[in-house]
Amino acid sequence: MAGVYIVSDNITSPIGTTTADNFAQLKNSVSGIRLHNNSMSAKPFYASLFDGDAYVDNAQYTKFEQLLIASITNALEDTSLDIAASKTGLIISSTKGNISLLETEAQTPELNKRIALHTSAKLVSKHFGFTSQPIVVSNACISGILAIVTAMRLIRSGQYETMVVSGADVISKFILSGFQSFNAISSQPCKPFDADRDGITLGEGAGTIILSSNPKYNKGIRVIGGGSSNDANHISAPSRTGEELAQAINASLKEAGLSSSDIDFISAHGTATIYNDEMEAKAITLAGLQAAPLNSLKGFYGHTLGAAGLIESIIAIQSLKENTIIPTPGFNQIGVPTPVNVCTELTSVSLKNILKTASGFGGCNGAVIFSKAD
Amino acid sequence: MAANTHISATCSISKQSVSKNGKALFTGTEASMPGFLVEVYKHFKLNYTRFYKMDSLSKLGWLTSELLLKDNFDKEAYAPAEVGIVFANANSSLDSDVKYMASVADIPSPALFVYTLPNIMIGEISIRNQFKGEAAFFVSEKFDAAFIEQYVNNLFDNNIFKACICGWVDVLGNDYKATLFLVEKGNGAIPFTAGNMN
Repeated sequence: MAGVYIVSDNITSPIGTTTADNFAQLKNSVSGIRLHNNSMSAKPFYASLFDGDAYVDNAQYTKFEQLLIASITNALEDTSLDIAASKTGLIISSTKGNISLLETEAQTPELNKRIALHTSAKLVSKHFGFTSQPIVVSNACISGILAIVTAMRLIRSGQYETMVVSGADVISKFILSGFQSFNAISSQPCKPFDADRDGITLGEGAGTIILSSNPKYNKGIRVIGGGSSNDANHISAPSRTGEELAQAINASLKEAGLSSSDIDFISAHGTATIYNDEMEAKAITLAGLQAAPLNSLKGFYGHTLGAAGLIESIIAIQSLKENTIIPTPGFNQIGVPTPVNVCTELTSVSLKNILKTASGFGGCNGAVIFSKAD
Repeated sequence: MAANTHISATCSISKQSVSKNGKALFTGTEASMPGFLVEVYKHFKLNYTRFYKMDSLSKLGWLTSELLLKDNFDKEAYAPAEVGIVFANANSSLDSDVKYMASVADIPSPALFVYTLPNIMIGEISIRNQFKGEAAFFVSEKFDAAFIEQYVNNLFDNNIFKACICGWVDVLGNDYKATLFLVEKGNGAIPFTAGNMN
Protein backbone atom coordinates (compact mmCIF):
# COMPACT_ATOMS: atom_id res chain seq x y z
CA MET A 1 0.00 0.00 0.00
CA ALA A 2 1.35 3.43 -0.93
CA GLY A 3 2.85 5.50 1.89
CA VAL A 4 1.07 8.85 2.15
CA TYR A 5 3.45 11.67 3.01
CA ILE A 6 2.79 15.19 4.29
CA VAL A 7 4.27 17.42 1.57
CA SER A 8 3.48 20.80 3.03
CA ASP A 9 0.89 22.64 5.11
CA ASN A 10 -0.44 26.04 6.10
CA ILE A 11 -2.54 27.62 8.81
CA THR A 12 -4.16 30.98 8.07
CA SER A 13 -5.61 32.19 11.36
CA PRO A 14 -6.08 35.41 13.33
CA ILE A 15 -2.68 34.73 15.00
CA GLY A 16 -0.60 33.91 11.93
CA THR A 17 -0.54 33.24 8.20
CA THR A 18 1.96 30.36 8.06
CA THR A 19 2.32 27.13 10.02
CA ALA A 20 5.64 28.34 11.45
CA ASP A 21 4.12 31.64 12.62
CA ASN A 22 1.18 29.85 14.20
CA PHE A 23 3.35 27.31 16.01
CA ALA A 24 5.62 30.09 17.30
CA GLN A 25 2.57 31.99 18.61
CA LEU A 26 1.28 28.89 20.39
CA LYS A 27 4.67 28.30 22.00
CA ASN A 28 4.46 31.89 23.29
CA SER A 29 0.92 31.30 24.64
CA VAL A 30 -0.65 33.77 22.18
CA SER A 31 -4.37 33.13 21.67
CA GLY A 32 -6.61 34.60 18.97
CA ILE A 33 -9.58 34.79 21.34
CA ARG A 34 -10.83 38.30 22.19
CA LEU A 35 -14.04 39.81 23.53
CA HIS A 36 -16.04 41.17 20.56
CA ASN A 37 -18.93 43.55 20.55
CA ASN A 38 -20.38 43.89 17.06
CA SER A 39 -23.46 43.43 14.90
CA MET A 40 -23.21 39.63 15.08
CA SER A 41 -24.66 39.58 18.57
CA ALA A 42 -26.74 41.73 20.93
CA LYS A 43 -24.31 40.97 23.73
CA PRO A 44 -20.49 40.83 23.71
CA PHE A 45 -18.98 37.41 22.96
CA TYR A 46 -15.57 35.77 22.97
CA ALA A 47 -14.27 34.46 19.64
CA SER A 48 -11.08 34.19 17.59
CA LEU A 49 -11.85 36.35 14.54
CA PHE A 50 -9.91 38.05 11.77
CA ASP A 51 -9.79 41.85 11.83
CA GLY A 52 -12.85 43.33 10.11
CA ASP A 53 -10.81 44.70 7.20
CA ALA A 54 -9.10 41.38 6.41
CA TYR A 55 -10.45 39.06 3.69
CA VAL A 56 -13.52 41.19 2.87
CA ASP A 57 -15.92 39.75 0.26
CA ASN A 58 -15.21 41.13 -3.20
CA ALA A 59 -16.85 40.69 -6.60
CA GLN A 60 -14.66 37.70 -7.40
CA TYR A 61 -14.17 35.83 -4.13
CA THR A 62 -15.94 35.75 -0.78
CA LYS A 63 -14.06 35.84 2.53
CA PHE A 64 -14.43 32.05 2.75
CA GLU A 65 -12.87 31.57 -0.69
CA GLN A 66 -10.12 34.13 -0.01
CA LEU A 67 -9.15 32.20 3.12
CA LEU A 68 -8.94 28.94 1.17
CA ILE A 69 -6.89 30.63 -1.57
CA ALA A 70 -4.52 32.31 0.91
CA SER A 71 -3.97 29.05 2.76
CA ILE A 72 -3.44 26.92 -0.37
CA THR A 73 -1.15 29.56 -1.93
CA ASN A 74 1.14 29.47 1.07
CA ALA A 75 1.08 25.66 1.32
CA LEU A 76 2.10 25.42 -2.35
CA GLU A 77 5.09 27.73 -1.87
CA ASP A 78 8.40 25.91 -2.20
CA THR A 79 6.72 22.80 -3.59
CA SER A 80 7.04 21.79 -7.23
CA LEU A 81 3.59 20.21 -7.53
CA ASP A 82 2.09 19.70 -10.96
CA ILE A 83 -1.32 21.17 -10.12
CA ALA A 84 -2.73 20.50 -13.60
CA ALA A 85 -1.85 16.79 -13.53
CA SER A 86 -4.89 14.51 -13.69
CA LYS A 87 -3.64 12.68 -10.56
CA THR A 88 -3.45 15.89 -8.50
CA GLY A 89 -6.69 16.46 -6.60
CA LEU A 90 -8.35 19.12 -4.46
CA ILE A 91 -10.57 18.47 -1.43
CA ILE A 92 -12.41 21.32 0.27
CA SER A 93 -13.74 20.96 3.83
CA SER A 94 -16.31 23.31 5.34
CA THR A 95 -19.47 23.27 7.40
CA LYS A 96 -21.12 26.50 6.28
CA GLY A 97 -18.91 28.07 3.58
CA ASN A 98 -20.60 31.19 2.20
CA ILE A 99 -23.67 31.00 4.43
CA SER A 100 -23.17 34.62 5.64
CA LEU A 101 -24.47 35.75 2.23
CA LEU A 102 -27.96 34.79 3.48
CA GLU A 103 -27.65 37.59 6.04
CA THR A 104 -27.18 40.39 3.51
CA GLU A 105 -28.51 39.26 0.14
CA ALA A 106 -32.00 38.54 -1.15
CA GLN A 107 -32.58 34.85 -1.72
CA THR A 108 -32.64 34.16 -5.46
CA PRO A 109 -31.65 31.11 -7.54
CA GLU A 110 -28.39 32.95 -8.31
CA LEU A 111 -27.67 33.44 -4.61
CA ASN A 112 -28.45 29.78 -3.91
CA LYS A 113 -25.83 28.83 -6.47
CA ARG A 114 -23.33 31.37 -5.12
CA ILE A 115 -23.70 29.91 -1.63
CA ALA A 116 -23.27 26.30 -2.81
CA LEU A 117 -20.02 24.72 -1.60
CA HIS A 118 -19.39 23.22 -5.03
CA THR A 119 -19.37 26.74 -6.50
CA SER A 120 -16.61 27.80 -4.09
CA ALA A 121 -14.70 24.59 -4.79
CA LYS A 122 -14.83 25.28 -8.53
CA LEU A 123 -13.65 28.88 -8.10
CA VAL A 124 -10.73 27.79 -5.93
CA SER A 125 -9.90 24.91 -8.27
CA LYS A 126 -9.87 27.27 -11.26
CA HIS A 127 -7.74 29.82 -9.43
CA PHE A 128 -4.93 27.29 -9.07
CA GLY A 129 -5.49 25.41 -12.34
CA PHE A 130 -6.52 21.98 -11.05
CA THR A 131 -7.90 19.84 -13.89
CA SER A 132 -9.47 17.09 -11.75
CA GLN A 133 -12.96 17.59 -10.31
CA PRO A 134 -12.77 19.12 -6.80
CA ILE A 135 -14.30 17.11 -3.94
CA VAL A 136 -16.22 18.79 -1.10
CA VAL A 137 -16.61 17.21 2.35
CA SER A 138 -19.28 18.75 4.59
CA ASN A 139 -19.71 16.56 7.64
CA ALA A 140 -20.11 18.95 10.59
CA CYS A 141 -17.13 19.30 12.92
CA ILE A 142 -15.32 16.18 11.68
CA SER A 143 -15.15 17.61 8.12
CA GLY A 144 -11.43 18.42 8.32
CA ILE A 145 -10.42 15.00 9.64
CA LEU A 146 -12.70 13.25 7.17
CA ALA A 147 -11.16 15.28 4.32
CA ILE A 148 -7.64 14.15 5.35
CA VAL A 149 -8.79 10.53 5.67
CA THR A 150 -10.60 10.71 2.31
CA ALA A 151 -7.42 12.06 0.67
CA MET A 152 -5.35 9.28 2.26
CA ARG A 153 -7.73 6.66 0.89
CA LEU A 154 -7.95 8.15 -2.60
CA ILE A 155 -4.14 8.26 -2.75
CA ARG A 156 -3.74 4.72 -1.46
CA SER A 157 -6.25 3.42 -4.00
CA GLY A 158 -4.10 4.95 -6.75
CA GLN A 159 -6.78 7.32 -8.02
CA TYR A 160 -4.62 10.30 -7.06
CA GLU A 161 -0.93 10.74 -6.45
CA THR A 162 -1.20 14.08 -4.67
CA MET A 163 -4.11 15.80 -2.93
CA VAL A 164 -4.41 19.35 -1.67
CA VAL A 165 -6.80 19.29 1.31
CA SER A 166 -8.03 22.70 2.42
CA GLY A 167 -10.70 23.70 4.92
CA ALA A 168 -12.15 26.97 6.15
CA ASP A 169 -15.12 28.41 7.99
CA VAL A 170 -16.14 32.02 8.62
CA ILE A 171 -18.03 33.08 11.75
CA SER A 172 -21.07 35.23 11.12
CA LYS A 173 -24.41 35.91 12.76
CA PHE A 174 -25.85 32.69 11.31
CA ILE A 175 -23.39 30.43 13.12
CA LEU A 176 -22.99 32.49 16.30
CA SER A 177 -26.74 32.90 16.86
CA GLY A 178 -27.25 29.17 16.31
CA PHE A 179 -24.76 28.15 18.98
CA GLN A 180 -26.16 30.88 21.26
CA SER A 181 -29.66 29.45 20.74
CA PHE A 182 -28.31 26.17 22.13
CA ASN A 183 -26.77 28.01 25.10
CA ALA A 184 -23.53 26.44 23.89
CA ILE A 185 -21.32 29.57 23.85
CA SER A 186 -18.97 29.99 26.80
CA SER A 187 -19.23 33.19 28.84
CA GLN A 188 -15.41 33.16 29.02
CA PRO A 189 -12.64 31.97 26.70
CA CYS A 190 -13.37 28.23 26.54
CA LYS A 191 -11.86 25.85 29.13
CA PRO A 192 -11.44 22.38 27.59
CA PHE A 193 -11.67 19.42 30.00
CA ASP A 194 -11.76 21.85 32.95
CA ALA A 195 -14.10 21.56 35.93
CA ASP A 196 -15.44 25.09 35.22
CA ARG A 197 -15.98 24.68 31.48
CA ASP A 198 -19.27 26.07 30.23
CA GLY A 199 -19.25 25.82 26.46
CA ILE A 200 -17.46 26.57 23.25
CA THR A 201 -15.71 29.63 21.89
CA LEU A 202 -16.02 30.00 18.11
CA GLY A 203 -13.17 30.82 15.78
CA GLU A 204 -12.45 31.34 12.11
CA GLY A 205 -9.53 30.27 10.02
CA ALA A 206 -8.25 28.03 7.26
CA GLY A 207 -5.87 25.12 7.08
CA THR A 208 -4.30 23.23 4.18
CA ILE A 209 -2.43 19.92 4.12
CA ILE A 210 -0.87 18.57 0.93
CA LEU A 211 -0.54 14.77 0.84
CA SER A 212 1.30 12.65 -1.71
CA SER A 213 2.42 9.08 -2.37
CA ASN A 214 5.41 10.35 -4.34
CA PRO A 215 8.50 9.45 -2.24
CA LYS A 216 10.27 12.57 -3.44
CA TYR A 217 7.94 14.48 -1.10
CA ASN A 218 8.84 12.36 1.92
CA LYS A 219 9.76 14.99 4.49
CA GLY A 220 9.46 12.67 7.44
CA ILE A 221 5.75 12.58 8.35
CA ARG A 222 3.06 10.21 7.04
CA VAL A 223 -0.66 9.78 7.60
CA ILE A 224 -1.09 6.10 8.39
CA GLY A 225 -4.68 5.49 9.45
CA GLY A 226 -8.05 7.06 10.01
CA GLY A 227 -11.77 6.52 10.13
CA SER A 228 -15.20 7.73 11.15
CA SER A 229 -18.20 6.38 13.02
CA ASN A 230 -21.71 7.39 14.05
CA ASP A 231 -23.17 7.38 17.57
CA ALA A 232 -26.68 6.45 16.37
CA ASN A 233 -27.87 8.12 19.56
CA HIS A 234 -28.79 11.81 19.20
CA ILE A 235 -28.48 14.48 16.49
CA SER A 236 -27.15 17.25 18.72
CA ALA A 237 -25.69 15.51 21.79
CA PRO A 238 -22.76 13.12 21.87
CA SER A 239 -22.82 9.45 22.79
CA ARG A 240 -23.37 8.69 26.46
CA THR A 241 -20.65 6.03 26.45
CA GLY A 242 -17.97 7.20 24.00
CA GLU A 243 -18.00 3.71 22.46
CA GLU A 244 -18.42 5.01 18.94
CA LEU A 245 -15.52 7.49 19.03
CA ALA A 246 -13.48 4.65 20.56
CA GLN A 247 -14.60 2.50 17.61
CA ALA A 248 -13.23 5.12 15.16
CA ILE A 249 -9.97 5.36 17.16
CA ASN A 250 -9.60 1.57 17.22
CA ALA A 251 -10.29 1.32 13.48
CA SER A 252 -7.62 3.96 12.88
CA LEU A 253 -5.11 2.11 15.08
CA LYS A 254 -5.85 -1.15 13.27
CA GLU A 255 -5.38 0.46 9.87
CA ALA A 256 -2.11 2.00 11.07
CA GLY A 257 -0.92 -1.34 12.44
CA LEU A 258 -0.49 0.16 15.89
CA SER A 259 -1.74 -0.58 19.39
CA SER A 260 -2.86 2.03 21.91
CA SER A 261 0.52 1.94 23.66
CA ASP A 262 2.16 3.20 20.44
CA ILE A 263 0.30 6.53 20.61
CA ASP A 264 2.55 9.19 22.14
CA PHE A 265 0.16 12.14 22.08
CA ILE A 266 -3.49 12.98 21.37
CA SER A 267 -4.70 16.20 19.80
CA ALA A 268 -8.23 16.06 21.18
CA HIS A 269 -11.37 17.84 19.97
CA GLY A 270 -11.92 19.32 23.46
CA THR A 271 -14.66 21.80 22.58
CA ALA A 272 -15.22 22.59 26.28
CA THR A 273 -18.91 21.72 26.28
CA ILE A 274 -19.82 19.60 29.28
CA TYR A 275 -20.90 16.64 27.21
CA ASN A 276 -18.31 16.61 24.41
CA ASP A 277 -15.34 16.57 26.75
CA GLU A 278 -16.96 13.96 28.99
CA MET A 279 -17.71 11.70 26.02
CA GLU A 280 -14.25 12.20 24.56
CA ALA A 281 -12.56 11.31 27.85
CA LYS A 282 -14.68 8.14 28.06
CA ALA A 283 -13.75 7.20 24.49
CA ILE A 284 -10.05 7.81 25.09
CA THR A 285 -10.24 5.63 28.20
CA LEU A 286 -12.14 2.88 26.34
CA ALA A 287 -9.43 2.93 23.67
CA GLY A 288 -6.78 2.49 26.38
CA LEU A 289 -5.26 5.92 25.80
CA GLN A 290 -6.04 7.63 29.13
CA ALA A 291 -2.35 7.96 30.03
CA ALA A 292 -1.29 9.52 26.71
CA PRO A 293 -0.55 13.26 26.92
CA LEU A 294 -3.41 15.20 25.37
CA ASN A 295 -4.21 18.78 24.45
CA SER A 296 -7.05 20.84 23.03
CA LEU A 297 -6.19 23.91 20.93
CA LYS A 298 -9.67 25.46 21.25
CA GLY A 299 -8.30 27.98 23.77
CA PHE A 300 -6.02 29.37 21.02
CA TYR A 301 -8.21 29.19 17.91
CA GLY A 302 -11.72 28.68 19.25
CA HIS A 303 -13.75 26.05 17.43
CA THR A 304 -12.98 26.62 13.75
CA LEU A 305 -15.62 24.06 12.66
CA GLY A 306 -14.79 22.71 9.17
CA ALA A 307 -11.21 23.98 9.47
CA ALA A 308 -10.62 22.57 12.98
CA GLY A 309 -9.57 19.07 11.91
CA LEU A 310 -7.01 20.59 9.54
CA ILE A 311 -5.64 23.39 11.73
CA GLU A 312 -5.34 21.10 14.76
CA SER A 313 -3.78 18.27 12.71
CA ILE A 314 -1.21 20.70 11.30
CA ILE A 315 -0.21 21.85 14.79
CA ALA A 316 -0.02 18.20 15.87
CA ILE A 317 2.23 17.44 12.87
CA GLN A 318 4.43 20.37 13.88
CA SER A 319 4.52 18.94 17.43
CA LEU A 320 5.69 15.65 15.92
CA LYS A 321 8.43 17.42 13.93
CA GLU A 322 9.64 19.47 16.89
CA ASN A 323 8.97 16.87 19.63
CA THR A 324 7.06 19.58 21.47
CA ILE A 325 3.56 19.38 22.93
CA ILE A 326 1.58 22.61 23.12
CA PRO A 327 -0.37 23.15 26.39
CA THR A 328 -4.15 23.56 26.75
CA PRO A 329 -5.13 27.16 27.53
CA GLY A 330 -8.13 27.46 29.82
CA PHE A 331 -7.49 24.16 31.56
CA ASN A 332 -6.80 24.25 35.32
CA GLN A 333 -8.46 21.33 37.02
CA ILE A 334 -9.68 18.07 35.53
CA GLY A 335 -13.45 18.17 35.10
CA VAL A 336 -14.27 14.90 33.35
CA PRO A 337 -15.29 11.78 35.31
CA THR A 338 -12.76 9.57 33.50
CA PRO A 339 -9.51 11.53 33.92
CA VAL A 340 -7.28 12.10 30.92
CA ASN A 341 -3.73 13.41 30.84
CA VAL A 342 -4.24 17.07 29.84
CA CYS A 343 -1.00 18.94 29.02
CA THR A 344 -0.67 22.20 30.91
CA GLU A 345 2.89 23.18 30.03
CA LEU A 346 5.00 23.37 26.91
CA THR A 347 6.55 19.89 26.96
CA SER A 348 9.59 18.52 25.14
CA VAL A 349 9.18 14.80 24.57
CA SER A 350 10.14 12.32 21.87
CA LEU A 351 7.08 11.74 19.65
CA LYS A 352 6.57 9.11 16.93
CA ASN A 353 2.84 8.41 16.55
CA ILE A 354 0.06 10.89 17.26
CA LEU A 355 -3.73 10.72 17.17
CA LYS A 356 -6.16 13.51 16.23
CA THR A 357 -9.85 13.15 17.10
CA ALA A 358 -13.08 15.08 16.55
CA SER A 359 -16.81 14.68 16.99
CA GLY A 360 -19.76 16.67 15.76
CA PHE A 361 -23.49 17.21 15.34
CA GLY A 362 -25.28 14.33 13.69
CA GLY A 363 -23.41 11.96 16.05
CA CYS A 364 -20.30 11.82 13.87
CA ASN A 365 -16.81 10.94 15.13
CA GLY A 366 -13.49 11.01 13.30
CA ALA A 367 -9.91 9.97 14.02
CA VAL A 368 -6.63 10.15 12.12
CA ILE A 369 -3.08 9.04 12.96
CA PHE A 370 0.17 10.70 11.86
CA SER A 371 3.58 9.12 12.23
CA LYS A 372 7.24 9.91 11.70
CA ALA A 373 8.26 8.10 8.52
CA ASP A 374 11.00 5.50 8.87
CA MET B 1 -8.11 -4.72 -5.93
CA ALA B 2 -11.58 -4.95 -7.37
CA ALA B 3 -14.51 -4.94 -4.99
CA ASN B 4 -17.02 -7.71 -5.51
CA THR B 5 -20.15 -5.76 -4.66
CA HIS B 6 -23.67 -5.51 -5.93
CA ILE B 7 -26.75 -3.31 -5.61
CA SER B 8 -29.31 -5.21 -3.48
CA ALA B 9 -31.98 -2.54 -3.72
CA THR B 10 -32.67 0.91 -5.16
CA CYS B 11 -35.25 3.45 -4.04
CA SER B 12 -36.09 6.84 -5.54
CA ILE B 13 -38.39 9.63 -4.47
CA SER B 14 -38.90 12.59 -6.79
CA LYS B 15 -41.60 14.41 -8.75
CA GLN B 16 -44.43 13.23 -6.50
CA SER B 17 -43.60 9.58 -6.98
CA VAL B 18 -41.84 6.73 -5.23
CA SER B 19 -40.17 3.87 -7.06
CA LYS B 20 -38.27 0.86 -5.84
CA ASN B 21 -36.08 -1.52 -7.79
CA GLY B 22 -37.29 0.08 -11.02
CA LYS B 23 -41.01 -0.26 -10.27
CA ALA B 24 -43.36 2.63 -9.48
CA LEU B 25 -44.76 2.12 -5.96
CA PHE B 26 -46.76 5.27 -5.36
CA THR B 27 -47.73 8.53 -7.00
CA GLY B 28 -48.97 11.26 -4.70
CA THR B 29 -51.34 14.15 -5.14
CA GLU B 30 -49.76 16.74 -2.86
CA ALA B 31 -48.06 19.41 -4.96
CA SER B 32 -46.02 20.90 -2.10
CA MET B 33 -42.90 19.05 -1.06
CA PRO B 34 -43.65 19.01 2.70
CA GLY B 35 -47.19 17.82 1.98
CA PHE B 36 -45.97 15.09 -0.35
CA LEU B 37 -43.43 13.79 2.17
CA VAL B 38 -46.17 13.39 4.77
CA GLU B 39 -48.35 11.74 2.14
CA VAL B 40 -45.61 9.16 1.48
CA TYR B 41 -45.16 8.58 5.21
CA LYS B 42 -48.89 7.90 5.63
CA HIS B 43 -49.30 5.88 2.44
CA PHE B 44 -46.65 3.38 3.52
CA LYS B 45 -48.09 3.32 7.08
CA LEU B 46 -44.75 4.22 8.61
CA ASN B 47 -44.70 4.73 12.34
CA TYR B 48 -41.81 6.78 13.69
CA THR B 49 -42.65 9.87 15.70
CA ARG B 50 -39.22 11.45 15.14
CA PHE B 51 -40.24 11.87 11.49
CA TYR B 52 -42.35 14.92 12.31
CA LYS B 53 -39.44 16.66 14.04
CA MET B 54 -37.16 16.35 11.03
CA ASP B 55 -36.47 19.00 8.40
CA SER B 56 -37.40 18.28 4.79
CA LEU B 57 -33.95 16.97 3.85
CA SER B 58 -33.90 14.46 6.71
CA LYS B 59 -37.54 13.50 6.04
CA LEU B 60 -36.73 12.79 2.39
CA GLY B 61 -33.55 10.87 3.17
CA TRP B 62 -35.19 8.95 5.99
CA LEU B 63 -38.26 7.98 3.90
CA THR B 64 -36.08 6.84 1.01
CA SER B 65 -33.82 4.78 3.29
CA GLU B 66 -36.81 3.29 5.09
CA LEU B 67 -38.43 2.12 1.85
CA LEU B 68 -35.04 1.03 0.45
CA LEU B 69 -34.37 -1.29 3.37
CA LYS B 70 -37.92 -2.63 3.73
CA ASP B 71 -38.05 -6.31 2.73
CA ASN B 72 -34.54 -6.09 1.25
CA PHE B 73 -32.20 -5.86 4.20
CA ASP B 74 -31.28 -8.43 6.80
CA LYS B 75 -30.15 -6.19 9.62
CA GLU B 76 -29.22 -9.17 11.79
CA ALA B 77 -26.55 -10.14 9.26
CA TYR B 78 -24.43 -7.13 10.22
CA ALA B 79 -22.90 -5.60 13.33
CA PRO B 80 -23.71 -1.87 13.81
CA ALA B 81 -20.14 -0.84 12.90
CA GLU B 82 -20.27 -2.82 9.64
CA VAL B 83 -22.93 -0.69 7.95
CA GLY B 84 -21.82 2.59 6.35
CA ILE B 85 -23.55 5.58 4.77
CA VAL B 86 -22.13 7.71 1.94
CA PHE B 87 -24.39 10.52 0.74
CA ALA B 88 -24.03 13.51 -1.54
CA ASN B 89 -26.11 16.44 -2.75
CA ALA B 90 -25.83 19.85 -4.42
CA ASN B 91 -27.47 22.17 -1.92
CA SER B 92 -26.16 20.91 1.40
CA SER B 93 -28.74 21.98 4.03
CA LEU B 94 -29.61 25.30 2.33
CA ASP B 95 -33.35 24.61 2.48
CA SER B 96 -33.16 24.55 6.28
CA ASP B 97 -30.49 27.27 6.43
CA VAL B 98 -32.97 29.71 4.88
CA LYS B 99 -35.65 28.72 7.40
CA TYR B 100 -33.25 29.04 10.31
CA MET B 101 -32.06 32.47 9.09
CA ALA B 102 -35.70 33.63 8.96
CA SER B 103 -36.03 32.69 12.65
CA VAL B 104 -32.94 34.73 13.62
CA ALA B 105 -34.75 38.04 13.13
CA ASP B 106 -37.21 36.96 15.79
CA ILE B 107 -35.87 34.29 18.16
CA PRO B 108 -33.17 31.99 16.74
CA SER B 109 -34.57 28.47 16.81
CA PRO B 110 -32.31 25.68 18.09
CA ALA B 111 -34.74 23.14 16.62
CA LEU B 112 -34.10 24.62 13.16
CA PHE B 113 -30.38 25.29 13.70
CA VAL B 114 -29.60 21.65 14.40
CA TYR B 115 -30.73 20.77 10.87
CA THR B 116 -28.39 23.27 9.21
CA LEU B 117 -25.86 20.53 8.45
CA PRO B 118 -26.47 17.94 5.71
CA ASN B 119 -24.99 15.04 7.69
CA ILE B 120 -27.78 15.36 10.29
CA MET B 121 -29.77 13.22 7.84
CA ILE B 122 -27.10 10.51 8.20
CA GLY B 123 -27.51 10.83 11.98
CA GLU B 124 -31.29 10.37 11.69
CA ILE B 125 -30.95 7.23 9.57
CA SER B 126 -28.24 5.92 11.90
CA ILE B 127 -30.45 6.47 14.98
CA ARG B 128 -33.37 4.71 13.32
CA ASN B 129 -31.36 1.65 12.26
CA GLN B 130 -28.51 1.68 14.80
CA PHE B 131 -25.96 1.98 12.01
CA LYS B 132 -22.61 3.04 13.49
CA GLY B 133 -20.14 2.48 10.67
CA GLU B 134 -18.09 4.76 8.47
CA ALA B 135 -20.14 7.66 7.10
CA ALA B 136 -19.45 10.69 4.94
CA PHE B 137 -21.32 13.53 3.28
CA PHE B 138 -20.05 15.07 0.02
CA VAL B 139 -21.32 18.11 -1.89
CA SER B 140 -21.19 18.16 -5.69
CA GLU B 141 -23.12 20.01 -8.38
CA LYS B 142 -24.43 16.77 -9.89
CA PHE B 143 -24.46 13.16 -8.73
CA ASP B 144 -20.95 11.90 -9.45
CA ALA B 145 -21.61 8.17 -9.80
CA ALA B 146 -18.00 7.38 -10.75
CA PHE B 147 -16.69 9.02 -7.58
CA ILE B 148 -19.26 7.29 -5.35
CA GLU B 149 -18.52 3.90 -6.96
CA GLN B 150 -14.77 4.29 -6.42
CA TYR B 151 -15.08 5.69 -2.90
CA VAL B 152 -17.56 3.05 -1.69
CA ASN B 153 -15.81 0.11 -3.37
CA ASN B 154 -12.51 1.24 -1.86
CA LEU B 155 -14.07 1.03 1.62
CA PHE B 156 -15.44 -2.45 0.83
CA ASP B 157 -11.99 -3.50 -0.45
CA ASN B 158 -10.43 -2.41 2.81
CA ASN B 159 -13.12 -4.10 4.95
CA ILE B 160 -14.15 -0.75 6.41
CA PHE B 161 -17.78 -1.70 5.98
CA LYS B 162 -19.69 -4.77 4.84
CA ALA B 163 -22.87 -3.03 3.69
CA CYS B 164 -23.46 0.54 2.60
CA ILE B 165 -26.32 2.85 1.78
CA CYS B 166 -25.15 5.39 -0.75
CA GLY B 167 -26.66 7.92 -3.10
CA TRP B 168 -28.11 11.36 -3.54
CA VAL B 169 -30.62 13.30 -1.40
CA ASP B 170 -31.21 16.92 -2.35
CA VAL B 171 -33.90 19.41 -1.31
CA LEU B 172 -34.34 23.08 -2.08
CA GLY B 173 -37.63 24.96 -2.02
CA ASN B 174 -40.15 22.76 -3.79
CA ASP B 175 -37.52 20.72 -5.65
CA TYR B 176 -36.51 17.37 -4.23
CA LYS B 177 -34.80 14.28 -5.47
CA ALA B 178 -33.53 11.21 -3.66
CA THR B 179 -32.04 8.02 -5.06
CA LEU B 180 -30.44 5.57 -2.66
CA PHE B 181 -28.68 2.27 -3.25
CA LEU B 182 -28.16 -0.59 -0.83
CA VAL B 183 -24.77 -2.09 -1.64
CA GLU B 184 -23.62 -5.44 -0.28
CA LYS B 185 -20.74 -7.83 -0.85
CA GLY B 186 -20.80 -10.72 -3.27
CA ASN B 187 -22.24 -11.32 -6.70
CA GLY B 188 -25.73 -10.12 -7.51
CA ALA B 189 -27.91 -9.46 -10.51
CA ILE B 190 -26.88 -5.80 -10.52
CA PRO B 191 -23.13 -5.18 -10.02
CA PHE B 192 -22.40 -1.99 -8.10
CA THR B 193 -21.01 0.24 -10.84
CA ALA B 194 -21.40 3.88 -11.84
CA GLY B 195 -23.28 2.75 -14.95
CA ASN B 196 -25.82 0.85 -12.87
CA MET B 197 -26.36 3.85 -10.59
CA ASN B 198 -27.04 6.15 -13.55
